Amino acid sequence: MANMAQAIRMALHVGETQLGVTDIFGQDVGMPLGGVFTATQGLENTWNAPLDERGIVGAAIGLGLAGDRAVAEIQFCDYIFNTIDLLKMAGNTYWATNGNYNLPITLMTPVGAGIRGSIYHSHSFDAWASRLPGWKVVMPSNALDAYGLLISAIKDPNPVMFLKPKALLRVRGEELIPGEPESEKELKAMIDAPIGDRSNWKAKWPNTEIYEVPIGQGKVTREGTDATIVTYGRHVLMANTVADRMRDQGRSIEVIDLRSIYPYDWSLIKSSISKTGRVLFLNEDTEVTNFAEHLVYRCTQELFYELMARPRVLAGKNLPGIGLHANLEENSVPQERDIERELSELLEEVP
Amino acid sequence: MTRKKASKKKGKTSSPSRSKSKKAKKSATKKATKKSAAKKTTSRKKTTTSKQPPKKKLGSLELDKETLLGMHDLMVKSRKLEERMIQIYKRGDAYFWIGAPGEEAFGVALGMQIQKGQGPEYDYSHLHYRCTPTLIAMGMEMEPAIRLIMNKATDPCTGGRNFSNHYCFPEWNIVPVTSPIEVQYSAAIGTAIAQRRRGNKGISIVSGGDAGTAEGDFASSLIWSSRPGFELPMYITVQNNRWGISTDYGSQHGEKYIADRGRAFGMRTGYYNGNDPIETYLAIQDDMYYIRRNGLPVLAEFEVSRLYGHSSASGANPTGDVCCIELFEDKLLRHGILTKELIKERHDQYQEEARSVAEKVRTEADPQADTIWDNVWVDNENADWRKF
Ligand SMILES: Cc1ncc(C[n+]2csc(CCOP(=O)(O)OP(=O)(O)O)c2C)c(N)n1
Ligand SMILES: [Mg+2]
Repeated sequence: MANMAQAIRMALHVGETQLGVTDIFGQDVGMPLGGVFTATQGLENTWNAPLDERGIVGAAIGLGLAGDRAVAEIQFCDYIFNTIDLLKMAGNTYWATNGNYNLPITLMTPVGAGIRGSIYHSHSFDAWASRLPGWKVVMPSNALDAYGLLISAIKDPNPVMFLKPKALLRVRGEELIPGEPESEKELKAMIDAPIGDRSNWKAKWPNTEIYEVPIGQGKVTREGTDATIVTYGRHVLMANTVADRMRDQGRSIEVIDLRSIYPYDWSLIKSSISKTGRVLFLNEDTEVTNFAEHLVYRCTQELFYELMARPRVLAGKNLPGIGLHANLEENSVPQERDIERELSELLEEVP
Repeated sequence: MTRKKASKKKGKTSSPSRSKSKKAKKSATKKATKKSAAKKTTSRKKTTTSKQPPKKKLGSLELDKETLLGMHDLMVKSRKLEERMIQIYKRGDAYFWIGAPGEEAFGVALGMQIQKGQGPEYDYSHLHYRCTPTLIAMGMEMEPAIRLIMNKATDPCTGGRNFSNHYCFPEWNIVPVTSPIEVQYSAAIGTAIAQRRRGNKGISIVSGGDAGTAEGDFASSLIWSSRPGFELPMYITVQNNRWGISTDYGSQHGEKYIADRGRAFGMRTGYYNGNDPIETYLAIQDDMYYIRRNGLPVLAEFEVSRLYGHSSASGANPTGDVCCIELFEDKLLRHGILTKELIKERHDQYQEEARSVAEKVRTEADPQADTIWDNVWVDNENADWRKF
């Protein structure tokens, strides 16, 4: 099975060979490195950009204006903040021109904690991104979804932000990408750049299919009837683990992997909460004005009389940063034990 | 501290798709040096060029009569339109005015030379909010400008969503003018990359004010357009009116010429009297020729006036700055190219045109409130979360 970085690479390969992707660029995105997480190794249209995030986003906007399909990368979302006004501009271009110019661009950036990345390699961007109208925002939790969401992002005529949960980039999927070789070793030999001199190396791409995960469509990863967890990215894995553990204790937890942060799959969320009456919204961006708060708001507006307990948000603590030491990081962003605690309270609450 | 004028340097490397032999470049530079020595239209002018296209001369005016008259006509048209737009604002028919009186010499000279059309084979224009003269010179009529300032449903650029002078015409590669200062210098990088890839003659033109060059996007345009082996066909221009709203240039900028900043990148640079349409026209002609031929960037600075202050926010009242149209008319009168009668006729004609277009547009429909959700995403896909 491919890991997420390999899946992203394969999607980009499909992008540049079949979907018209002209440029895949960002800091260290081109060879010899192929991205700090190796997600762009071996591709044809990659190139290294100057160390200038504003230039990268600006160039992507310009390429979009010219009708080219660009996939740009900000090396870590921790460094995307000086481009916020350009992101706003990309999001409003179609609207501000009343439909004269659309921007068919994809912007990828690794997000989140979980790799002991300290203050400047642990930021999240989902809550920020949800405040950029005109963008679509997606975040996969596994290799197959990464592949399918990236293909959808590339095909989409609007700007799409593809948030890469950096802690999952080396995690192998459980489902094969259509066309991917069964053997991990074989895949590695085909598309992982060798250590050392890479100047003569060329990737041998497997013939993977155009497989899309529609933007705006979530997925139930655990079925249950007692409570719902709505989450995305690496917290899907944690939620699944907790749900499995609690199942052994006789509790039935439904887990929704939202996959798209905006537009989001409200009908899936709604039908699940209607069934369970209890919901926990889970992510690791800071908790104050967190995207989950919008979902809770909607939940109370539309499902108030179906709720059996107060809807909860479990998110990153509202701190200026995430400290490096494991004790600090783990006390800053939600861990399995925190999810368990919140769930227990949620399940025990009597209306 | 000693300072030199804007440099004469030309780009050091050419992009593979547009490469030109060293020999050809050398001889081009020689010729250009000769020519500019002969010109002397202003004391501060500095430029070097690759081989220039032939041009007709008329006395010391250096441009043919038809071009001169055409340029004057467009400058007056643009000015009358802008003056009408100020009145539209003052009469309460618009919320805000910002525009270009004082920049006609530059704007018209630019607009006349843009290769207009849609797609990377043609020029892309990344303009700022003082670009009415450029659009008029490209063939825009008065209606779109007035529809835009009056926020009418008929406004073809924004559908009533944006300020005056925030144009957008995809059919001419006029990419959206947007309010954040200097972002166009970053976006122009992208269209220039698209053009470089195709290797045709389209170039990316970017315009903006002097104060805005303090933003990082300006530096981005210099860095990205001059990467060795990846140079971009970018025409980076600055219209220096020596003001950023109320802050004067001298109080914030140690560099005498903004154009000098291009020197560090081995870029061809120039500083021009942007109140002189002839000097400006020729400079742009040279620069565009050089960029199209070599695929290399140019940084050019034009000194311009700000005749009605920054915008309606500062009153939109006359400032008494040098007026490029008056100067030009004096010159053309002296050379017998224009008569006082013709000047008056043109002013009256465009004044009347602007008045009658404004009256007509005034009666046009306003945008409907429920159009706010239109065009958030392509194909009017539902973007209202209440309806997800
Ligand atoms: C990023 C940004 N900061 C501030 C403003 C507010 N603002 C509008 S115009 C202006 C001055 C611009 O001066 P200059 O670049 O010289 O252009 P000019 O208006 O003189 O043509 C400022 C500060 C803005 N629009 N965008
Ligand atoms: Mg200025």
